[in-house]
Amino acid sequence: MTAPSPSRVTVVGASAAGLSVAEALRRDGYTGRLTLIGDEPHLPYDRPPLSKQLLSGAWDADRLRLRSAEALDALGLDLRLGAAAVALDTGAGEVALADGSRVGYDALVVATGAAARRLPGTDGVAGVYVLRTVEDALGLREELRPGRRLVIVGAGFVGAEAAAVARELGAEVTMVTDAAVPLADALGPDLGAMLSQVHVEHGVRIIPGVLVDAVLTEDGRATGVRLADGRTVEADAVLVGIGARPNTGWLAASGVPVGDGVECDATLHAGAGVWAAGDVASWPHPRTGQRTRIEHRANATEQGLAVALNILAGPEHATPFDPVPYVWSDQYDLKIQIYGQLRGCDRVRIVEGSLAERRLTALHGRDGRVCAVVGVNMPRATRTYRPLVAEQAAWPSAADLDPALSAGPAPSARPAPSAGPALGAGPATSGRNA
Amino acid sequence: MKISVDVDKCCGAGQCVLAAPDVFDQRDDDGIVILLDATAPADQHDNVRKAAAVCPAAAIEVRQ
Repeated sequence: MTAPSPSRVTVVGASAAGLSVAEALRRDGYTGRLTLIGDEPHLPYDRPPLSKQLLSGAWDADRLRLRSAEALDALGLDLRLGAAAVALDTGAGEVALADGSRVGYDALVVATGAAARRLPGTDGVAGVYVLRTVEDALGLREELRPGRRLVIVGAGFVGAEAAAVARELGAEVTMVTDAAVPLADALGPDLGAMLSQVHVEHGVRIIPGVLVDAVLTEDGRATGVRLADGRTVEADAVLVGIGARPNTGWLAASGVPVGDGVECDATLHAGAGVWAAGDVASWPHPRTGQRTRIEHRANATEQGLAVALNILAGPEHATPFDPVPYVWSDQYDLKIQIYGQLRGCDRVRIVEGSLAERRLTALHGRDGRVCAVVGVNMPRATRTYRPLVAEQAAWPSAADLDPALSAGPAPSARPAPSAGPALGAGPATSGRNA
Repeated sequence: MKISVDVDKCCGAGQCVLAAPDVFDQRDDDGIVILLDATAPADQHDNVRKAAAVCPAAAIEVRQ
């Protein structure tokens, strides 16, 4: 059994989740050795601005720092940056780093995040980008100016945010997605259609319902993409935004249970003093009972806090991680926010605003209960519905809500159904940034 | 305690209001943080530290 009070905690991953663990441990009185290992050479930085303020040039990279140097100093960390973990020996309680050194631990936190998926055959091809690191964003930024043509593969939040920035910088943008409606995976068909329309109005050309077959190259540089139906789209740069895959390769021989991420119990413990937080962590969500992995910024922090408390409590007294997930996306002048999880939702009702106004709050339900609330440009109002999500409140009857606030026809002229929910059912898969 | 917020970084998540409703609020139109009390009484300090910790935009700084 793990000692209830470890004296050596090692955190692998120096981004939002790992930093959150370290800060919470100190805040809650942990005075032992605390090692924070990150494979990137940078001090911990924030990733949501990569596809927003950093890509647009509004901020420089220093602005992404999660904490000041003084605040990090105050944590008393053994900070190992530019040091990739390559293996874990749970028997010896040691992490092996790429430089050959080893770091011992009593409690280990895996917070290694996820890596952007790439298209096969594009390694080393100039002009092909993903958006996951500060270098990715700065490289892509160089491509975005009037007259340059950008193809975006995938239509999740990252691709959509980059499309908005690229248009604002004057680049020509084509978005290719295998989904019938861009963003429908994340937001459901009606909100997805509304957002797609916004992109079209801003000059984005959308090619839905088709896979990208290959990136076309000439002299080692991308010249466009070939679609599965044989069409080609010429481009000066290609952004691949088709989701991410958890960074678990270094755990292969460790005995730590790995599936889609590190498979933890409900308390985020993966056994043998190993815990996980952030994009890499999978756990059975207490509300749904389903194994869940969330690639969102707010989750990284909240899981980090929960892991820190559970490490200090010890596995015997650890408590389940039971969050109301939160994600947001900024596109043009729209702010989209989601509290809860849309996965499997079977009913939607707009409770404030409307699709036509592009300003709304929409409750989402599953099995007769509220499972999420989605807001577009109504942040404060949307937050007031969060308690319904937290409580998994019974789905409100129409009489509970002001009928004048129900949805009108979508801007896409898709008629509202005559009966049942005002919007089509939401996404069937997941609410990830894919 | 001295609290400062960076409204330019704020993403309008409202997590700070959930953690410390006596110290933070949000603007109605865009959800940007409103700092109600930049010093905060002692009984709010734990809540404020929690708010700074959970802010998904790292927009809240607390100095003791």
